[in-house]
Amino acid sequence: MLHPEYNAAIEYFWNIENRGHLMRNAGPILTVVAGIFVLWYLGAIALNAGWAWDKAERAGVTLSASELVADTWSQKKPKLPAPHQVGAEIWKTTGAMVAKGRSFSKRSLFYHSWVTFSSTILGFLLGTGLGIALAVGIVYNRTMDMSVMPWVIASQTIPILAIAPMIIVVLNAVGISGLLPKAIISMYLSFFPVVVGMVKGLRSPSQMQLDQMRTWNAGPAQLFWRLRLPSSMPYLFTSLKIAMAASLVGAIVGELPTGAVAGLGARLLGGSYYGQTIQIWSALIMAATLAATLVGIIGLIQRMTLKRMGMS
Amino acid sequence: MFWLSLALATWAIGWIINVRLSRRPKTRLTGLLIPVIFGLTLIAIWECVVHGLDISKVLLPAPSLIAATFAKSTHILWQDFVQTVLKGALSGYIIGCGSAFLMAIAVDRFPFLRQGLLPVGNFVAALPIIGMAPILVMWFGFDWQSKAAVVVVMVFFPMLVNTVQGLQDTDTMQRDLMRTYAAGYWKTLLKLRLPAAMPFIFNGLKIGTTLALIGAIVAEFFGSPIKGMGFRISTSVGQLAMDLVWAEIVVAAIVGSSFYGAVALLEKTMTFWHPSQRGRT
Repeated sequence: MLHPEYNAAIEYFWNIENRGHLMRNAGPILTVVAGIFVLWYLGAIALNAGWAWDKAERAGVTLSASELVADTWSQKKPKLPAPHQVGAEIWKTTGAMVAKGRSFSKRSLFYHSWVTFSSTILGFLLGTGLGIALAVGIVYNRTMDMSVMPWVIASQTIPILAIAPMIIVVLNAVGISGLLPKAIISMYLSFFPVVVGMVKGLRSPSQMQLDQMRTWNAGPAQLFWRLRLPSSMPYLFTSLKIAMAASLVGAIVGELPTGAVAGLGARLLGGSYYGQTIQIWSALIMAATLAATLVGIIGLIQRMTLKRMGMS
Repeated sequence: MFWLSLALATWAIGWIINVRLSRRPKTRLTGLLIPVIFGLTLIAIWECVVHGLDISKVLLPAPSLIAATFAKSTHILWQDFVQTVLKGALSGYIIGCGSAFLMAIAVDRFPFLRQGLLPVGNFVAALPIIGMAPILVMWFGFDWQSKAAVVVVMVFFPMLVNTVQGLQDTDTMQRDLMRTYAAGYWKTLLKLRLPAAMPFIFNGLKIGTTLALIGAIVAEFFGSPIKGMGFRISTSVGQLAMDLVWAEIVVAAIVGSSFYGAVALLEKTMTFWHPSQRGRT
């Protein structure tokens, strides 16, 4: 999911230039979204009907079509919960909790989102820092470019998520626990897009611009701060969005082996142990919302920064 | 102390060789040699540091131990490979990419649907889809079918988005030319638009390779029969048999790199005519 080619896919949606495009496409987009909801409700009927018939047979009643539909949309442990059930569960564990003044109790999704969010952000910051440092090294040192860059790319063909359990257990054994192990997995996932994007960005000034700086007698430091770094900004923000999405995935998977204590990943695992499908879906929707919000915030910062720099 | 100084010496020698090599004009040989030397240096340092600091093999086994375990347990590794990669990842990859491709061609005929689906598909591609794993394991049972289903869901959207975008990659002039040749929809699709979409399609396929492996392995954390790479990793971690875990990681790394490499090679042979491939050696 973290290949340079992925830029195109994610960037499209969050790109500033596409905002107008999105507005124009509001009709088609809404149609597609509505279509997804219709499919979802129909799927709920199809998947949950078996259990509904089972229940009816044991109770010795026959179900009319409308009764069947009503039952499939309101089961306690459905195979596929209907959207309104998921919505109700999310409200019960977020809005209703806030109303009761217990917005950070262990049953609140805000609490779990917060846990996931904090390790996502920590991992994201670490990954961004590492990524930028590596990129600067690669751009300024030819040896590093030739020896490190191939490994940076190869490192991402390894399914790092697969060794998440080991990282957690090993770091726990060394005495590092809590936020940091999860953040390290996030870091590993998020540094790659930053390296690739920043290397591209730092190399983006043209020969003409570099020559111009030289005629102004600019030193290496000035060349970096005044030309290379500013011109890498658009590339940086693009990679930051991908890094953020990747970082969230890392945090969620990192929570799985900790024994389902806290976090959205733990909610997923707990839900799958006890067959609480509604809980799984609500955690999933919450994760999606979190991803969309975080990436959206970066998009906002990007727009403001680039505007102030006169680049958009 | 001896091991640590050996580690330092290895690092120094490796670095010096690489600095020397990178000063020379770049050829294919140096382009290949430098990263290999860098990798070997890292492994040597790892080995030395593990011995030098006397790190418990529960925490970080030495590369030599991992290699020994790898050689000793090839039958387990092979069994897990068949279960996870061949049955889970590969079948899911083929089904997912194939259905996304067909769907893209179907969607392409209706501009209204395409305009709506592209942004939604992009949005979904950015979401943590791996979270669907527990649900799909519930629906399709513990065996490889559920892993294949996770892989299908994960590769579907990147593939769909890329193919739809690729099918747009012809300009009016080219399509008009096809019309003057009296080519119908299918002829145009086959002779012009699909070839033009190839680089995009291969992008989707390449992104899918890593996603497929990740999906198949992580899905096994949510329940699996008593074989499979994800299962082996999570249980071996529980038994603190880190050498076996690392052996599985080596398998995963080899599989991941060669899967990606195979698709990249296929791309190179099939789209050698495209500007993005020209001039590459």
